[in-house]
Amino acid sequence: MALDAYQKREFKQVGTRPNRPDGVDKVTGRAMYGADVTAPGMLHAKVLRSPHAHARIRSIDTSAAEALPGVKAVVTSADFGVPEDAFLLDVQDHCMAREKALYDGHAVAAVAATSIAAAKAALKLIKVDYEVLPHVTDLDEAMKPGAPVVQAGRAFENVPAGMSENVTHHCEFGHGDLEAGFAKADHVIERSFKTAATHQGYIEPNACLASVTADGKADLWVCTQGQFFYRTLCSAILGMEASQLRVTASEIGGGFGGKTMVYMEPVALALSRKAGRPVKLVLTRDEVFRATGPTVSSSMDIKIGMTKDGRITAAQARLRYSGGAFHCGTVDFGAQAAFAAYDLDAVRSLGWNVMTNRPKESAYRAPGAPLSIYAVESVVDELCQHFGLDPLEVRLKNAADKGTKSSYGPTFDQIGLKATLEAAKAHPHYAAPLGPNQGRGLSCGFWFNFGGNTCVSLSVNTDGTVGVTEGNPDIGGSRASISLMAAEELGIPYDKIRTIVADTSSLGYNDVTDGSRVTFAVGLATIKAARDAIKKMCSRAAKIWGIDEDAVEWVDGAAVPAGPNAGKFPPMTLAEIAAVSAETGGPICGHHEVNADGAGVSFGVHLCDIEVDPETGATKVLRYTVFQDAGKAVHPSYVEGQMQGGAVQGIGWALNEEYIYGADGKLQNPGFLDYRIPVASDLPMIDTVILEIPNPGHPYGVRGVGETGIVPPLAAIANAVSRAVGVRMTELPMSPPKLQKALAEKG
Amino acid sequence: MKTIQVSTTINGDPVEFICTPDETLLDVLRNRLSLTGAKEGCGTGDCGACSVTVNGRLVCSCLVLGAEAQDAEISTIEGMADGDTLHPLQRAFIEHAALQCGICTPGILVAAKALLEKNPDPTEEELRYWLAGNLCRCTGYDKIIRAVQVAAAEMRGA
Repeated sequence: MALDAYQKREFKQVGTRPNRPDGVDKVTGRAMYGADVTAPGMLHAKVLRSPHAHARIRSIDTSAAEALPGVKAVVTSADFGVPEDAFLLDVQDHCMAREKALYDGHAVAAVAATSIAAAKAALKLIKVDYEVLPHVTDLDEAMKPGAPVVQAGRAFENVPAGMSENVTHHCEFGHGDLEAGFAKADHVIERSFKTAATHQGYIEPNACLASVTADGKADLWVCTQGQFFYRTLCSAILGMEASQLRVTASEIGGGFGGKTMVYMEPVALALSRKAGRPVKLVLTRDEVFRATGPTVSSSMDIKIGMTKDGRITAAQARLRYSGGAFHCGTVDFGAQAAFAAYDLDAVRSLGWNVMTNRPKESAYRAPGAPLSIYAVESVVDELCQHFGLDPLEVRLKNAADKGTKSSYGPTFDQIGLKATLEAAKAHPHYAAPLGPNQGRGLSCGFWFNFGGNTCVSLSVNTDGTVGVTEGNPDIGGSRASISLMAAEELGIPYDKIRTIVADTSSLGYNDVTDGSRVTFAVGLATIKAARDAIKKMCSRAAKIWGIDEDAVEWVDGAAVPAGPNAGKFPPMTLAEIAAVSAETGGPICGHHEVNADGAGVSFGVHLCDIEVDPETGATKVLRYTVFQDAGKAVHPSYVEGQMQGGAVQGIGWALNEEYIYGADGKLQNPGFLDYRIPVASDLPMIDTVILEIPNPGHPYGVRGVGETGIVPPLAAIANAVSRAVGVRMTELPMSPPKLQKALAEKG
Repeated sequence: MKTIQVSTTINGDPVEFICTPDETLLDVLRNRLSLTGAKEGCGTGDCGACSVTVNGRLVCSCLVLGAEAQDAEISTIEGMADGDTLHPLQRAFIEHAALQCGICTPGILVAAKALLEKNPDPTEEELRYWLAGNLCRCTGYDKIIRAVQVAAAEMRGA
């Protein structure tokens, strides 16, 4: 058995709920987020944004702005090169428009000045000569022949001939004979669905402090989910060597995927380089909505056939996603995830990405999956209604299991789908009575999970405490989980360990905090770094005892002779070995570097009860229960937190949240008043049931839990609402006007 | 722009500052007084991350002018703990995992404290409506509501 393979074991600390190490800082206001730092001589930056959805930039005159007292630097796309790499060029173009402004809010210039007031005044003095072009913000419109072309010549070769130039990408997954499968069905339902783009809605606006010195060294303090990736992008765009740019991740005020991509950080660095002074750039909420984040919008057709006893015979999804004004591969995730919960003989998912005059899509918790799974789970629910079948039984009957060839290719190893479905079936929620205008809905959810590049250093201090240095910003309590796993492996108390998130000059490369990867991959690397340190500590004890190092083993936080033949010595604790480390060979550290595989896919099931007010069309969530497989819940409180937070984000997506564009191509609701995320009074308690079906790819059986929770709510709520009102709802969000209309049409 | 001199009390301490007439109390706290515990999440009074109390009244400090602090008593998150002793709300938030990223936490703690001073035994519904002006995107509010209930019970001696 490989060292990192799952080993069944009893846990002493993993699975407990200690206080998080960053708790006191965060409840006292002491934690330092992106906008909370200053630097001597610091300038303030502001960004000028396009008021047009689509316009050619004929010229930009910055001379009057530059002449304004207090203004120290102005940059436009002319201050950047033109990267050869298409991805990097897109990233840069998104940060600063080059030839065309591609969406309302697209950055066209930026100013650094001695005060925010001076920077704002300077923006008004910048003259941009625009040639306004026809725009398109609706993806179905953008696919039509003759639609305005957002960016020419961007389509990949795999796009079928004859489609609009806005279609950049096509994908296809699946297996089996669809035609034969549909022929076996007793009933086939085919439906079309649409979902609006949403925003991650992190409460902390993007913020950074950039400082470039005359000798080309630079520091960047930034709220990010991935300081190393930001370094890669910023150094490439600025033409710097990676070693000369140190990126430090601040505490992060929410990300959910939205802080995996640079938006204005290269601009802040360019301003600092030009001005020769530190530059702070903090976006406003309006800018956050208009120029960062959003998810794809989607338009989907689903066709599923079922026998009268509830067996799915064939299933097809045609998915059209728009990732804004740039190429976007998120539709691949949607197409791969669509039918992952089902064991199917005939299945096909097809996807197309379409460019529109909207900001560049960024990841949002299980990117792409909530949409396709919403559409699929809606049709499955409608088939259950058609045959009068129990929707949980039907899902159990068709559920993927160990050995199932998944709809996207791989064959599943040990997975927790059936266990979560059984848990939902056995839960009192599923049998509770419903009142008038109320409905119950359920949905399965899935996410791939990810491992990736990971690097951890663990130092044993001479006083018997331990420092863990990891490279992934903590967005949900991961420092607590990492400390718990180190404590478990070393056999010392949790509070003897301090885990910190390193800057890019202090540790090897770590992939972004995404893919629900941190507790899995950083945890795995931490356990192995601890084992590396244990090996060294055993060797030190062997040296002290004068025995072979293979004759020493580690038990409950101490080196002990391995068996009677090794000699008789009292155990040497970690603290005792550490105290004399200077005499036995110097400092003791453990390291581990890995590109981790084996993340282990994640399934969840959500159950919800809702009530629709027939007069206003408003939906109230009455009861909500989340069932999810965590593999092993390292800190159960924060596992529950991920499940609850994901569920509520999904509830917002289902009921309220949407990017609304006017006919002028401008975003109509770039603020929290009009883009309404769920508030405390909208919600009940969110009950959670954690399943623990060990992931074979992790020493403790851990699976990531961060993303799956946002996948099921869209269909769970839609199914509940559709059953409550007696009309199949096919567009998200199901805002009150849409429900009123549906009720009126039903009569 | 002409500046205004303001004398006020923050967390019990006398404070003097100057500000411009259009400067918000939030900007004064964060940029002039280094009290960065109050956060700017929106600048339009929609998110509650900048919550403080002015003469005991809960406000969004992004909607109050710095000049309005003259002769007022202002309380911020930095004044909630008594030295190294955390307020029961602060302790309950840590012990009951009521925060994830923590950006909304200062505002929610200030708001919850203001509620419990008026109503030491709020129902769940009263709590949810009182905190409806404080957005949290991480937790789904469940653990926040429970933590405030725990702290309220402790503060009542229940």
